[in-house]
Amino acid sequence: MAPSLEAVQLTKNFGSFTAVSGLDLKVQGTKCVGFLGPNGAGKTTTMKMFTGLIAATSGSALINGVDVSKDKKSALASCATLIETPEIYSSLTPKEALSMICEIRGVPKAERGKRIDEALGLVKMTEWENKRVGSFSKGMKQRVNVASTLLSDPEVIILDEPSTGLDPRGMSEVRSIVKSLSDRLVFMSSHLLAEVTEVCQEVALVDHGKLLVYDTLENVTARFSGGGGSVQVGFSRMVDEETASKVSKLQGVQGVTRSNDRHLIVRFDPKAVSQDKLFEGVAGLKAGAVSFEQASGLEDAYLSLIKETL
Amino acid sequence: MATKARVGSGSQIGIITRYNFLNYFRARRFYVMLSIMLLISLLLTAVVGYYRPVTFLGIPGESASTAVLGFYGAGWGSFVSIVVILSAAFFGGDAISGEFQNRTGYFLVPNPIRRSAIYVGKWIAALAASTIILLIFAGVMLANGLYYFPGNVPWEFAQSVAFAWIYLVAALSLTFAFSSLFKSSSISILMSVILLLFVFGVIDTVSSAVAGVEPWYSITYGAGIITSILNVPYPAHQLTQSLGSLAGGPNRTNARFQLTTFNATVPEGLGILLVYFVAMAALGLWLFERKEFTS
Ligand SMILES: Nc1ncnc2c1ncn2[C@@H]1O[C@H](COP(=O)(O)OP(=O)(O)O)[C@@H](O)[C@H]1O
Ligand SMILES: [Mg+2]
Repeated sequence: MAPSLEAVQLTKNFGSFTAVSGLDLKVQGTKCVGFLGPNGAGKTTTMKMFTGLIAATSGSALINGVDVSKDKKSALASCATLIETPEIYSSLTPKEALSMICEIRGVPKAERGKRIDEALGLVKMTEWENKRVGSFSKGMKQRVNVASTLLSDPEVIILDEPSTGLDPRGMSEVRSIVKSLSDRLVFMSSHLLAEVTEVCQEVALVDHGKLLVYDTLENVTARFSGGGGSVQVGFSRMVDEETASKVSKLQGVQGVTRSNDRHLIVRFDPKAVSQDKLFEGVAGLKAGAVSFEQASGLEDAYLSLIKETL
Repeated sequence: MATKARVGSGSQIGIITRYNFLNYFRARRFYVMLSIMLLISLLLTAVVGYYRPVTFLGIPGESASTAVLGFYGAGWGSFVSIVVILSAAFFGGDAISGEFQNRTGYFLVPNPIRRSAIYVGKWIAALAASTIILLIFAGVMLANGLYYFPGNVPWEFAQSVAFAWIYLVAALSLTFAFSSLFKSSSISILMSVILLLFVFGVIDTVSSAVAGVEPWYSITYGAGIITSILNVPYPAHQLTQSLGSLAGGPNRTNARFQLTTFNATVPEGLGILLVYFVAMAALGLWLFERKEFTS
């Protein structure tokens, strides 16, 4: 049976606030599925329900067909997890902490040493394997946390923003580790589009606790990037309403979205205006534009689906 | 993927116990507790050795068997409950709340293991760590006792040590329940200490002396058997004295001036501790099963 994760009308309320709202999602097979959404979209909350850290208000979360709330032990038997940024008992060493996980997960004694060495090697923590975790930096701890998901040869791996707290090199290393897990089902949340584009084949987009779309990366890009072109324009200072409005009035421009303080994503109709003409148009505004580059399809889709971000 | 063997909950309890014990044993807290206990032991040893107080070494003419019981009552009996309470609070007071506050639960809980196995495993580790403390304290007291009363170890002392351990079992069950109730480690430790050290004591006194009701519902009342057993004869279950007679005045029979004290009998005391152990274990587990890892 192919590994699977399934949410059925999965809902979580915190008091009167609904963090996850009737989520229906089934991912199945060996692949990496990106769970994408802005901060506060409900990604962590969803993953906590899949791992028994919190209980669903209603609906159910199933791993390989087993309901987590009914039998967490069976559901997680072949599922490794990394939710937010766990801490390890501070007086244990990475080797000991990983041994504990191996034992809990039933990795045969004869294999433990090898598995732990491999996992620590992958996250580049071999040098620290016998030092106590208490003195580690956030990033070093997160590397050990990532290693802990690689020990028991799981069929399903749930990763909640695994590169949180890592330096750029660490982030890139985690991406290659995730990419190397192509023979499993990896369900990875992220708010980083580049990360998802690089490692995932499919993407589930959530906002305000609701699933907006779940499809392959190509389909999402094709369906929601409006078929036109899009560019990201960088400014030397904060982009104000006036600038945004001026850009939106340029010839051929279909829409303008602010991607952060200093960047606008500009969607345009390639039939009405070529990219170089648009560039000249933006520069002609003398509004402080300093960069101009092709936006990724996913970025465009993301911005057209998620109107407001924090 | 053929290498996965399901691990039984019993084995997993053992795993949790081992690693938690390792963590306790390396942590500063264990040595703080050890130092407190050794300090009490050292003070007792020094005071008795230097001042040779009659409360410890007996009144001249007293029988040896009475004197030796008096020795254990004055030393071990006076301090054992503090050792038990502090151990239970130190090792149990944040056992569960710490998993939430320190976020170590995020490493442990999302694994194929029942929460109850984590709870029981941690409880056994805490019991092992506190038992070490309690036994060293008993050992020091015994060494002192053998020095002053060579070859004379009263059977009542052995019983008292056993009762103290049972009290520890019940107290740990209670502090674990507290640690499941609160999210903050320091609050759950503090509440455990305050409750066991002061609140229950006040309840015992108020209940018996003021209301004249036996405090059968109090864990510290049940734990009274630890010291009662060292008295000869074993204290009366209910003792009513008139205040007038205490003050040396004419013996008044007016109920308003009567002071009642209760002493739990051994079966009663054991029963109270057992009920606390079971009820608090059930409550703590129930709370932990429902507690959510939020924030
Ligand atoms: N314990 C809680 N109490 C109240 N609101 C919460 C709690 N945990 C999360 N939330 C809210 O639920 C929403 C989703 O949070 P989360 O799942 O952490 O988002 P994400 O991981 O996608 O950034 C947020 O608005 C957050 O403020
Ligand atoms: Mg999150």
